[in-house]
Amino acid sequence: MEKRVYFDNAATTPTHPQVVEAMLPYFTQSFGNPSSIYEVGQINKRAIDNARQQVADLINAKPEELFFTSGATEADNWAVKGIAESYKNKGNHIITSNIEHHAILHTCEYLEKNGFEVTYLPVDENGLIKIDDLKDAIKDTTILITIMFANNEIGTIQPIKEIGKVAKEKGIIFHTDAVQAVGQVPIDVEDMNIDMLSLTGHKFNGPKGTGALYVRKGIKLKAFIHGGAQERRRRGGTENVPCIVGLGKAAELAKVNLKVKISKLIKLRDKLIKGIKEEIPYCRLNGDAVKRLPNNVNFSFEFIEGESLLIMLDMKGISASSGSACTSGSLDPSHVLLGIGLPHEIAHGSLRLTLGNDNTEEDVDYLLEVLPDIVKRLRDMSPLYEDFIKNK
Amino acid sequence: MYTKKVMDHFVNPRNMGVLENADGVGTVGNAKCGDIMRIYLKVEDEVIKDVAFKTFGCGAAVATSSIATELVKGKTIKEALKITNDAVVEALDGLPKAKIHCSLLAEEAVHAALWDYSKKHNIKIEGLKEPKADIHDEDIENMEEA
Repeated sequence: MEKRVYFDNAATTPTHPQVVEAMLPYFTQSFGNPSSIYEVGQINKRAIDNARQQVADLINAKPEELFFTSGATEADNWAVKGIAESYKNKGNHIITSNIEHHAILHTCEYLEKNGFEVTYLPVDENGLIKIDDLKDAIKDTTILITIMFANNEIGTIQPIKEIGKVAKEKGIIFHTDAVQAVGQVPIDVEDMNIDMLSLTGHKFNGPKGTGALYVRKGIKLKAFIHGGAQERRRRGGTENVPCIVGLGKAAELAKVNLKVKISKLIKLRDKLIKGIKEEIPYCRLNGDAVKRLPNNVNFSFEFIEGESLLIMLDMKGISASSGSACTSGSLDPSHVLLGIGLPHEIAHGSLRLTLGNDNTEEDVDYLLEVLPDIVKRLRDMSPLYEDFIKNK
Repeated sequence: MYTKKVMDHFVNPRNMGVLENADGVGTVGNAKCGDIMRIYLKVEDEVIKDVAFKTFGCGAAVATSSIATELVKGKTIKEALKITNDAVVEALDGLPKAKIHCSLLAEEAVHAALWDYSKKHNIKIEGLKEPKADIHDEDIENMEEA
């Protein structure tokens, strides 16, 4: 059988067999509508309540502070638009960073067109915002600070607790898009002063299409989807019971296995980083070396382009990702890589390897075996490398 | 995403490398957009006797460079000038819409090499315009609208 190694867990993860097992009865046996009064409906209502508790436990929230959504994009949209609408009498200013996921950036751009003012904080070369920049950006009209917990491309973890402290002192709501962090690092919304948090199940071995928004008790947040009385009238629509159950189970497994998972992934991650640095010249690790997700490795290789690298890796059975522009219509590479100050030609040559539960040392060894040859082959093809060698 | 032909030219690029003492060398694109193509030509009696390329770019960029070298090799300058980006796309059995600009770059790279040849040898090539060294977002938008 052809060797396959999956190094794109930041894109999505395989659904855990125990999660699938937990979900299955809710498709055919226990299929009742949770809003129904009869037993088969009430069983499902209890299953949702149980899942809410499981997700709440993962981030140290109360179950009534969790609202199920179709994923993190919806949760992000709801958080930002919802606060903008609910608190517009208090002010119209929002603070975010320039390396957020598009679910936040495009929502902010939408609000800018509708009378809101948004400050996009810059990040340093490692992808970190500066607390002083945040403090300086705050105005009397600031109603929301939304800063991602960890970056999806370069894995940098922001100083969340400090950001939360600043927000709390100023009486500003703090939302974090924690998609890449939930199930990867410990999160405690109480200790970290987080008021709102977006998560999605498929990044930690849950099913796709199910997420949640944590909203601290006391925060006013208008309904996002109007309809029935589901999710305490704030998010109408019949609940996706099997997926909600799956999300709950994935959260439970993530909590139980977190310490072991972190320790395993850090070992593999650091072996990858060390191996790539040793084997391949003219490369650069993107993201903070220390304040970094346990599963994220992101390198830029000078003189080559990311998509070519991905195709050649794929032909060797390795699935990975890049911040290259080539899969989009635009010519600009990732806004995150440009945001940390990489020149365009370096940003185009990036490679993101994100580890998951199923990865092994053998996977890492295999990547380290094939990657140097691929990089060399592409450099031999590159006029940039030709010029570099000539001028050396 | 890519046709078999594109993948074949990406994996087994034809004429990849450098021609020492080339009669014409053209480089187009820029690192900002993520594609740079360089074409080397050997010309004898107005016939392109040999051709080579180097490319920094995506799979489509490598494949369009490779097929462009095949299309012009052995052709007269006049014939080579008639090879448009559409011909490059057709020869590859198509390209995704977002990658069509690579074919334009390949056409421009051939023209840039011919331009260099004409300057170096003080020859006027009928119908050859100064090549566009750079392809911008606007060019792609214009191509998509066309």
